[in-house]
Amino acid sequence: MGVEPANYTKEEQYQQMEADDDIDRTDSEIVFHIRQALKSASSDENDDYNELVGLLHYNDRLSPEDVAMLVTSLKALSGAVSCIDTVLHGSLLDTIFNMSLWSYGPEVMDALIELIITLAASSGKYVDSCLDMLVCNFTPPKRFIEALKWPYGVAKKDHVLVRVHSALEYISGLVPLAPSRLLPIVLQRMPKVFNNLQEPVVVMFVENMFKLESSAIGELVGRRMLIMAVVDLLIDFDVEVGWDDILEENPQKGIFEMDLMVTTFEHLKYCKENGRLVEVFESLLQSFQITVLNAYKSKFAQFVIFYACSLDSEICGTRFAEFLADMYICCSFPPLTRMSAVAYLASFMSRGRFLSTPLVVNILGRLAKCCSDYCRLQSGNSDPKIHRVFYAGCQAIMYVLCFRMRSIIDIPNLKSQISGFPLSQIFTSHLEPLKVCLPSIVEEFLQQAKSANLLRKSGTPVFHDMLESELSKAFGGIERLDISIRPNFVYWSMVRKTYEDDEGSSDEDVDVFYPETNRAASRDEGIVESFEDDYLDEFNDTLNRMSITPKDSTLKSRFGRNSQTPMQMPSKLRPSMSPESSL
Amino acid sequence: MEALHVAKANLTVYLHPSQTKDVNEAVTRELSSLLFKFSEIYDGVLLAHEIADVPSRHGKILSGLFPYVGVRLTANLLLFAPKPDTYLEGKVVKVGQESIHVVVLGFSAAIITVDDIRDEFRYKIKSGEEMFRSTSHKRHVIKVGTMIRFLVKSFDEEILHISGSLIPSSTGNIKWQSSLANSSRKRIEVLKDFSTGTIDGGAISNDYHVLKKSKKQRV
Repeated sequence: MGVEPANYTKEEQYQQMEADDDIDRTDSEIVFHIRQALKSASSDENDDYNELVGLLHYNDRLSPEDVAMLVTSLKALSGAVSCIDTVLHGSLLDTIFNMSLWSYGPEVMDALIELIITLAASSGKYVDSCLDMLVCNFTPPKRFIEALKWPYGVAKKDHVLVRVHSALEYISGLVPLAPSRLLPIVLQRMPKVFNNLQEPVVVMFVENMFKLESSAIGELVGRRMLIMAVVDLLIDFDVEVGWDDILEENPQKGIFEMDLMVTTFEHLKYCKENGRLVEVFESLLQSFQITVLNAYKSKFAQFVIFYACSLDSEICGTRFAEFLADMYICCSFPPLTRMSAVAYLASFMSRGRFLSTPLVVNILGRLAKCCSDYCRLQSGNSDPKIHRVFYAGCQAIMYVLCFRMRSIIDIPNLKSQISGFPLSQIFTSHLEPLKVCLPSIVEEFLQQAKSANLLRKSGTPVFHDMLESELSKAFGGIERLDISIRPNFVYWSMVRKTYEDDEGSSDEDVDVFYPETNRAASRDEGIVESFEDDYLDEFNDTLNRMSITPKDSTLKSRFGRNSQTPMQMPSKLRPSMSPESSL
Repeated sequence: MEALHVAKANLTVYLHPSQTKDVNEAVTRELSSLLFKFSEIYDGVLLAHEIADVPSRHGKILSGLFPYVGVRLTANLLLFAPKPDTYLEGKVVKVGQESIHVVVLGFSAAIITVDDIRDEFRYKIKSGEEMFRSTSHKRHVIKVGTMIRFLVKSFDEEILHISGSLIPSSTGNIKWQSSLANSSRKRIEVLKDFSTGTIDGGAISNDYHVLKKSKKQRV
């Protein structure tokens, strides 16, 4: 609805006003004048009204007089909201709701916010539009994005956002049900992957969602839904960004998501500082179950929950591990979900150093019991497809033990506890998990178990450096591990083994669990190396901020490798290879 | 408050098959989804519910892609249904020159615009605090935090927004009115005491009238 500003230039308007203004006008007189203008909208002589609407359109290079005029008009409008009619003054309302706080200085911002608050409180009809207007101001107009890099842009951002959020809180004080209407508006205005928006806009919107989440009205708006929406957004971007984008064509895309992740981590840290982490964690857990767990090859989104666990290993870490174990054990979940859960659990327990060993043993005990119960009840042969859930469980147990065996047997009571697990029964059962699980894991596990004296009557299948056998392929062993935490956490080379590493070659076999690390290095060496110097450094910096493993400098000094194989930094991401294309 | 009432309702709640593990919880969740929303069927806003009885343990299963289960039950519902020309009470959250904003029962917003405030009240700012003060009773003040009684003009069912009025003389600051009522009751009691005594009741009441009048004149 475009309304032609009245055919006066600004100067003429001032002159007119000055001509009228022999005496200073009081506030109430101006309100009266505005009321008259509003009333004139329905008549033929609606110049005053059009003049008013036209005035509100000025937002560029405002002189002090313009500012004063705008502030006065907005304030007067606040005093005359009861005269505003949705139909008669549609053009005026449209103009007001399309005004961007980012275009004005503090005085106009304040007056505009006051008007928006008054409008929202004056009638139920305006609540949604007012909330929508405020949500739109979460992000700047396009032309302002460049300015955000400069101090004045940052200052402007603070000015605007402080006002927007306090206005939202103020409105909910006047209209208690307003927060409940805010969530759908936020979700609707949320940036979408396909919108092709610029990075700062998306990150800023997410920042605002977090701000809302931690504000006084967060509970009323729906904290859980806000958190879940952010995780969903992360997943959307995650799936959209291919490994190829990250490495080759489109580095911007990869970095982009990192910024989102960092924003999320900062919020989690903030929640931790305010003692709200446990509450937020429940929302994360729920969204993990609903979206992340079953997302096909999600690359980064799961780190949000891992990071939360690392912030509070006692409560969140334990909760997450128990949650995944429960999911695996509960038969009512679909097989693929259970397998994903146990694969995440395996990676989490293996490499999350913050988890206590007793907890790991406890969870392993539950998994072992579940697996042994299963093979007691099943007859028939080892069919990798039918018993895939079982094999996933077995593989998880072995995988965790590969990493944790040493620390477990160092503690006598844990050692006796783990000796009591029905591991021998499981691994020597008629379902023959040792033949079906990934050979590389099985080999390493058997070697460690042997020296730890864990399996008394172990059969030793010989695989000889196989990544995966036909059987393990059939149950999807690698695919299951592939989805879990890859680039981070403890490295195989860092594991304290229970046996002497005679050739130092086992690294090679076992690093295959993060298939990207070895194979990518050989295949994409050229690309990776040229790419590494200029770009990956920056990329790693971002990632390292979210890394919960020691800095790579410590890694390097403790586990220095030769220069031929580039240092596999915890945060380095390599293209994943699907099992089909491998070997 | 007149706007609040309890209703007994016979309902059939349709549950998705995935929700039938714990029917009670699912029914409660279903009913809770109606809270703070205006429902035309109840002709009011549901504020609270309580399942009174589930007569049958058997639910009717609908045919269709999803076999929803119909659970019949009786529930007691607390409804909020403000009607025009009834009185409501609420807490003032904002006072401006143009309007008084009120929140009723902590969830419903109400506005009384200056046109609907009787002339007796004048807008004033006293030591930075905005208020409406009665010109005839100086202590009759409406400011932020005051509980007031007002007349309902209209009710926006979607966002539960009430438009109110302070025109009738029975509206205004509740505390002030009750203190007024108390004091007048006291006066009546005093009068009764006097009338049982030796002094002529009529004369006293006349005196009282004069006294009041003179006070007014002073104002």
